[in-house]
Amino acid sequence: MNRTTNIALVGVGGQGILLASEVTSRAALLSGRDVKKSEVHGMAQRGGSVVSQVRIGEKVFSPLIPDGETHFLVSFEMLESLRYADTLAPEGVALINHQIITPITVASGQQPWVEDLETRIERAFPHRQVITAFATAQELGNTRVVNMVMTGALSRLLDIDEATWKQAVSDLVPARYRDVNLQAFESGRSADPIALG
Amino acid sequence: MADSRRFLSGNEAIAQGALKAGCTVATAYPGTPSSEILETLSTFRDRLYCEWSVNEKVALEVGIGASFAGARSLVTMKHVGLNVASDPLMTLSYVGVNGGLVIITADDPGMHSSQNEQDNRFYAKFAKVPLFEPADSQEAFEMTAAGFEISERFDTPVIIRTTTRTSHASGVVDLGDLTPAPPVARPYVKQVQKTVMVPMHARQRRLLMEERTEKLRELSETCDLNRIEPGSSDLGFITSGVSYQYVKEVFPEASVLKLGMTYPLPAKMIAEFARSVKRLFVIEELEPYLEEQVRAMGVKVEDHTTRLSIGELNPFRLGQLRAEITGEPAPAITSREVGEGLPARPPVLCAGCGHRGVFYALNKLKVTVTGDIGCYTLAMSKPLEAMDSCVCMGASIGDAHGFEKAGHKGRVAAVIGDSTFFHSGITGLLNIVYNRGTSTVIVLDNRTTAMTGHQDHPGTGRTLMGEEAKEVSVEQVARGVGVKRVRTVDSYDLEEVERILAEELDAPEPSVVVAQRPCIIGARKTVTRQFCVDADACRACRACLKLGCPAIELGDPLPDRPKMRRVKINRVLCAGCGMCCQVCQHGAIAEVERAR
Repeated sequence: MNRTTNIALVGVGGQGILLASEVTSRAALLSGRDVKKSEVHGMAQRGGSVVSQVRIGEKVFSPLIPDGETHFLVSFEMLESLRYADTLAPEGVALINHQIITPITVASGQQPWVEDLETRIERAFPHRQVITAFATAQELGNTRVVNMVMTGALSRLLDIDEATWKQAVSDLVPARYRDVNLQAFESGRSADPIALG
Repeated sequence: MADSRRFLSGNEAIAQGALKAGCTVATAYPGTPSSEILETLSTFRDRLYCEWSVNEKVALEVGIGASFAGARSLVTMKHVGLNVASDPLMTLSYVGVNGGLVIITADDPGMHSSQNEQDNRFYAKFAKVPLFEPADSQEAFEMTAAGFEISERFDTPVIIRTTTRTSHASGVVDLGDLTPAPPVARPYVKQVQKTVMVPMHARQRRLLMEERTEKLRELSETCDLNRIEPGSSDLGFITSGVSYQYVKEVFPEASVLKLGMTYPLPAKMIAEFARSVKRLFVIEELEPYLEEQVRAMGVKVEDHTTRLSIGELNPFRLGQLRAEITGEPAPAITSREVGEGLPARPPVLCAGCGHRGVFYALNKLKVTVTGDIGCYTLAMSKPLEAMDSCVCMGASIGDAHGFEKAGHKGRVAAVIGDSTFFHSGITGLLNIVYNRGTSTVIVLDNRTTAMTGHQDHPGTGRTLMGEEAKEVSVEQVARGVGVKRVRTVDSYDLEEVERILAEELDAPEPSVVVAQRPCIIGARKTVTRQFCVDADACRACRACLKLGCPAIELGDPLPDRPKMRRVKINRVLCAGCGMCCQVCQHGAIAEVERAR
């Protein structure tokens, strides 16, 4: 990896995005790369839109990804993928969790829902993998491991070997949840992308 | 040998730097983006004492006392916290230290979680204390460790200014020797001429402070915190902090004068660098702090029209500057044209948040509400819309009193959280009592410092060291400063909240209403009930939507009125508070067993 690889993880506060980006960063560190991660805490986390950026390379300067140069947009939620669509590089890949979390503006009738959501996603992301990470986590009996399903799916797209990823997961999740998190990671790594529409 | 490399945020790296220096006392009031420094240090309780002080002024005063006693002490805060601590700071600069004292100010350009984006580098210049600006986690670690040593060597406090993208950005840090550093403890020697700042002593210290500044100027010229990274002689940048990273990213060919110590500035080094390049620019986050001083030195800095002084910098903005000064095409983003009309996803009060009950009542009572700093500021938004002002920590109470004394027509209530009340609400309340005010002060008591990540405070009964503490009662404090009308109410009980607020707002004397409910983020795991909507009974009146609860969603329309959508409750989000059940006039919302 000569050039810097830029990964943006986006979604809704509470979906475990910060842990997923921490695992991704640790996997990069363990594989000997330079890595930087940037995120925002505080008020933004009260159910709002969340973004965490990870940059991996030989020498990384800016902790922020230049606009329009994200190589992998990992969206934990369908609507949020559209919100960050323009940050993705022209040939960039979107990895999207097929889950909708209704924003309060829609739930309360202040703003209309995007009726053509899936059509817009198809149009926005010619290079995409949509996976049913939430359903997979439900099957595993713990909806909180959506983040590790997504991390597993992301791991296929990066040049870091599987054992290193699993080491990173084991290092960062509490011991008593290690097995379910590793299962979630493996499920994500072998998840079949689905078609929209 | 163990791998000494770690992946650390700037905040975690600062904590490691303090440990490396043998710091034994660390104090702070939590504030984004600084809170994780003390949280990290609190996991090393066997090596140092740390505390959440009640506010930043107290935190610094405790740090000063610890320094006088001979300990190395660390005091951390968000940028606006230094306003609160500025009183001790300005005189501490005269006094100096015994054990090293390092102050962290975590600035928040772009105001991700703050009420302003003041540039705290001016405080260092104002107080004449050395200032360091780390550009990444490695530097945050090294500068913190070095800060203590420089503090002692020059008899001065040291300020380290981080910004959000150094505090909350993570990078690889080499911690070097992992052997725990021995604690530093210098002997205490009573020196009243140094530490008792009466005028005749202060006049002496004032002169010593100027001598110290000259010595620090020399340090700035020679220390390795400031360095020239030679590149093209056509283009040069003077930069500091995280801005350095953006310059390296966007102008890889340029010469760079990278400043890590930015007060006092190395004038000779700056002049030398300026001579070595044909075109010179200064890049910094927020105010032209460096640029004004560099220009005042008589150095020619080139003008440009790309405005960089407002908000957070990023590579894209520097790309625009690059286009302007090189004539290259401006960076452009190809829009995918899918973002039009996307519904917003603003942060909201959580489902089950007790604050909601109070704001629902305030909205109904049409009260002018002076607000304060905390999650509850979110109540300014639709549909609660129950806040008129929010300025700074503790301001709600003084503001309410000001409304009253100005003859404002209509009722006024101050709303303040428990942690904020202990931080700086008590003095405002005392002022109301003394000056014959009649304001109603509502303390939203959720027994934690919620917005910054659930830190303990005087009301929680627990310290940062994990010890049990006296659980200070808001009611007792209120009575203690002379408030006679002190009421306590369950925030979930809408009728009772409204009744008590109405009574207290009409009372011709000061009153305090303590609205209690523990923060739902912590309390959620003990919730046993849930609510659900009987679709047949729902008349689509939307009364429950006025609560602004994220768990209440629009559902299917009424069979006979296709435009009128009934509501449903999201069972994953519902936290069982039951406020919706109380506002429903049609008996359509009922309690059910919580799904496991």
